Amino acid sequence: MTKDAQDNTAHSIGYGKLTAVWLGLLCLTALTVWVSRLDLGIGHVWGSLAIASTKAGLVIAFFMHMRYEGRLLRLLLFVALLTLAIFIGFTFFDVLYR
Amino acid sequence: MSHPLHKDYAGAKLGMWLFLFTELILFSGLFLLYGAYLARYPHEFAAAGREMHLFFGTLNTAILITSSLLVAMAVTAIQRDERRTTLLLLGGTVLCAAVFLFNKYLEWSAEIGRGIYPGSPKLVAGPPGESVFYGLYYLTVGLHGLHVLVGGTLLTVVALRVRRGTIHGGDYVWLENGALYWHLVDLIWIFIFPLYYLIL
Repeated sequence: MTKDAQDNTAHSIGYGKLTAVWLGLLCLTALTVWVSRLDLGIGHVWGSLAIASTKAGLVIAFFMHMRYEGRLLRLLLFVALLTLAIFIGFTFFDVLYR
Repeated sequence: MSHPLHKDYAGAKLGMWLFLFTELILFSGLFLLYGAYLARYPHEFAAAGREMHLFFGTLNTAILITSSLLVAMAVTAIQRDERRTTLLLLGGTVLCAAVFLFNKYLEWSAEIGRGIYPGSPKLVAGPPGESVFYGLYYLTVGLHGLHVLVGGTLLTVVALRVRRGTIHGGDYVWLENGALYWHLVDLIWIFIFPLYYLIL
C-alpha cells in the first residue's frame, strides 16, 4: 500500500509548468503554419513532421506525465514507437523504391 | 481481508497505456495509407489539400491543445484535493470538445455543400487521387471525431464521479486514465493537422 500512496503523490506537475508547455505548443503551432506558407518543396513534409513530433514529445513527456513514470512504461513506449518506425520504414522502403 | 478495496493503481495505468498503443497503431495505419497514396498521387493530393479550410484546422488545433492543458491541470488539481477547481477544469475540457465538434460540423457542412463527400458525383467525375484524398480525410478525421465524442463523454462521467466524491485526492486513477485518453486524441490531431491542412 505504501507504493500506491507514493504513486498517488509522486508526480504532480505545477500549473505554471503546464501553462509553459501549453505556450510552447501554441508557438510550435504558429511556427508550423508559418513554415507551411514558405516555398520549400519537399522540405515542407520533413519540417511539418519534425514540428509535429516535437509537439507530440511535449504532450507525452509533460501532459501525459511520461517524464515522471517508471522504467516499465517508458520501455513500453519505446517498443511501441520502435514498432511504428519499422512499420512505417519498411512500407516506404517498398513504396519509394519499388 | 485487511484491504477489502484493493486498488492496483500501477496496473490500471499500464492497462490504459497498452490500450493507447493499440490506438496509436490504428491511426498509424491510416497515416501510412495517406503516405503511400501521397507518393502515388502527389499532384492530386496537392490540389485537394489546397481546398482544405486552414482556418478551421488551426482553430481546432488551438482548441485541442488548450483542452489538453485544462485536463492536465485537472489531474494536478485533484492531486491537491481541490475538488472545485478540478470540476471547473473538467468542464472547460468538455466545453472545448463540444466547440471542436461544432467547428467540425461547420467545416464538413461547407465541404459537403460544395459536393465533396465520399462517392459524390463531383469526386467520382474528378481525378482518382482527389477522391482518395477526401476518402482518407473523411475516414481519418471522422474516426478522430468519434474519439473526441468518446473522450468528452468519458470526461463527463469522470466529472460526475468527482462531484459525487467517488474520485478524490486519494483515488483518482479514473481521472488520470481519462486524461491520458484525452491527450491521445490531442496527439493524433497534432499529426492530422499538418498532413491534411498544411503540407500540400
